[in-house]
Amino acid sequence: MNPAFSVIFFTSASGAGFGLLFLLGIFGPLGLLPSSSWFGVVAFAASFGLAVGGLISSTFHLGHPERAWRAFSQWRTSWLSREGVASVLTFVPAGLFAIGWVFFGSTGGIWAVLGLVSAVMAAITVYCTAMIYVSLKPIQRWSNGWVAPGYLLISLMTGALLLDLLLHLFGAGHWLISGLALVAVAAAWAVKTGYWRFIERTASASTPESATGLGAFGRVRLLEAPHTEENYLLKEMGFRIARKHAARLRDIAELCGFAAPLMLAGVSLISLALEAHWLGTLAALAAVLAAAVGVVVDRWLFFAEARHAVTLYYGAAEA
Amino acid sequence: MTALPPPSPRKLGLVIDLDICVGCHACAVNCKEWNTGGHMAPLTDFHPYGAGQNGVWFNRVHSFEVGDGADGRTVHFPRSCLHCEQPDCVTVCPTGASYKRAEDGIVLVNEDVCIGCKLCSWACPYGAREFDDDSGTMKKCTLCIDRIYNENLEEVDRQPACVATCPANARHFGDLGDPESDVSRMVKERGGYDLMPEMGYKPVNKYLPPRPRRGPDATAQAGAELQPAGDEPQGLLRWVDRMLSR
Repeated sequence: MNPAFSVIFFTSASGAGFGLLFLLGIFGPLGLLPSSSWFGVVAFAASFGLAVGGLISSTFHLGHPERAWRAFSQWRTSWLSREGVASVLTFVPAGLFAIGWVFFGSTGGIWAVLGLVSAVMAAITVYCTAMIYVSLKPIQRWSNGWVAPGYLLISLMTGALLLDLLLHLFGAGHWLISGLALVAVAAAWAVKTGYWRFIERTASASTPESATGLGAFGRVRLLEAPHTEENYLLKEMGFRIARKHAARLRDIAELCGFAAPLMLAGVSLISLALEAHWLGTLAALAAVLAAAVGVVVDRWLFFAEARHAVTLYYGAAEA
Repeated sequence: MTALPPPSPRKLGLVIDLDICVGCHACAVNCKEWNTGGHMAPLTDFHPYGAGQNGVWFNRVHSFEVGDGADGRTVHFPRSCLHCEQPDCVTVCPTGASYKRAEDGIVLVNEDVCIGCKLCSWACPYGAREFDDDSGTMKKCTLCIDRIYNENLEEVDRQPACVATCPANARHFGDLGDPESDVSRMVKERGGYDLMPEMGYKPVNKYLPPRPRRGPDATAQAGAELQPAGDEPQGLLRWVDRMLSR
């Protein structure tokens, strides 16, 4: 699948934004986070900026962005529609929750309820985003049980690393958050490893023989393509990446996206015990930056390594 | 609406005979021509006369080599929308632009509503839908909905352009939901099949497989040995025959 940068940045950014919002909605009411207005301003600016910015940038790759409001209508059948509806249902309580935090300095009472609702809706929104990809049967590497957990855990991981950084910046680092970031990175790494193993070892359910129905006559291979030039299908679905390039990028994704953040989250956690404030802040910042690079590379690979069944008609041996 | 309608008794679709198709692309070209006007017109071509041509077509004709050695054969393979019974391209659409007609099962795009998100083309394993960069919307085979019910055309012309034009009579149009229709009978007799049945989309269009080859004995039975018409020529004619046979 063509790895369009706009979609890659959109899903990575909005995942981080909703992940952060999820944690604010849970740990804010629990009283683990600073209730100061300034913290609220910065945290919600980051969360909303990433989530909303991501969603709005996704409309740029539409043929008719002015009609994008219509995308809320088919929530009964379409995961893309459900994602839109869920995100609006997240921003309403989240906006009120933010008002309570920033203007009233409160995360208790009614604000806690709003926070919890925001957290649940944020998780649902990320799940809907993942399900858009899972629901696409012609793309076997997306249509499996590893993808939704991967999306959710990466969203949690990037949100937790961001929150850890924000806490350090405000001198309010908390072992639970740093610990959660550590665990989230490890869990995301485990699921991603499972996913990579799955896509390497699973045989393609569809073949040129099943695509043409001519398997009874023997092996089917393309003699002549229907056109000499590229068309929309080949541009959108025909992208292939060589194994050695994919392997190299996967190493970068693992190193920057999981190994480094895991280690740095560990340093952040230990720094709290040692009361080494600057060490913790720097480690948390480095973790966020490394994870940003790693997650974007991983998401790029998610698209680049995906194979669409239509390529079976254009000479691919498997999809 | 992207919820699928209840299954319709009428299932209009095409039957494509892979035994006969000669790969002439007339169906693809006629479809392109017919759709310069009508329901999904125009089908845009970018740089049509220069390098980097890129255009929207509803019908693409591939050629496959099947089998090996003496059993190998070339099969020409037209590919277009199969108007599936369970089309995911309809259910994934977020705006309701992609829909399946309840009365005859034809799958269409409402161009006034389509936002061009391309998700329907990702959901189609058969590559039936293409994005038109000019109109910013998705386009696909309409089963010539602007021809088949068109009272302004003679009855004989009320069939899809690709079916009307096929010079080898390899394309057939009809109601695959009616077991007594010509197309249904054809499918039953020849063993017409679905493409990628494992996807679960239940295509309505069916493909008829190439007929099995007649074996080497078959040609021998066709009286290959020609017998001489008359006696061996004599004299001058015999000399002429020998000179010309060198």
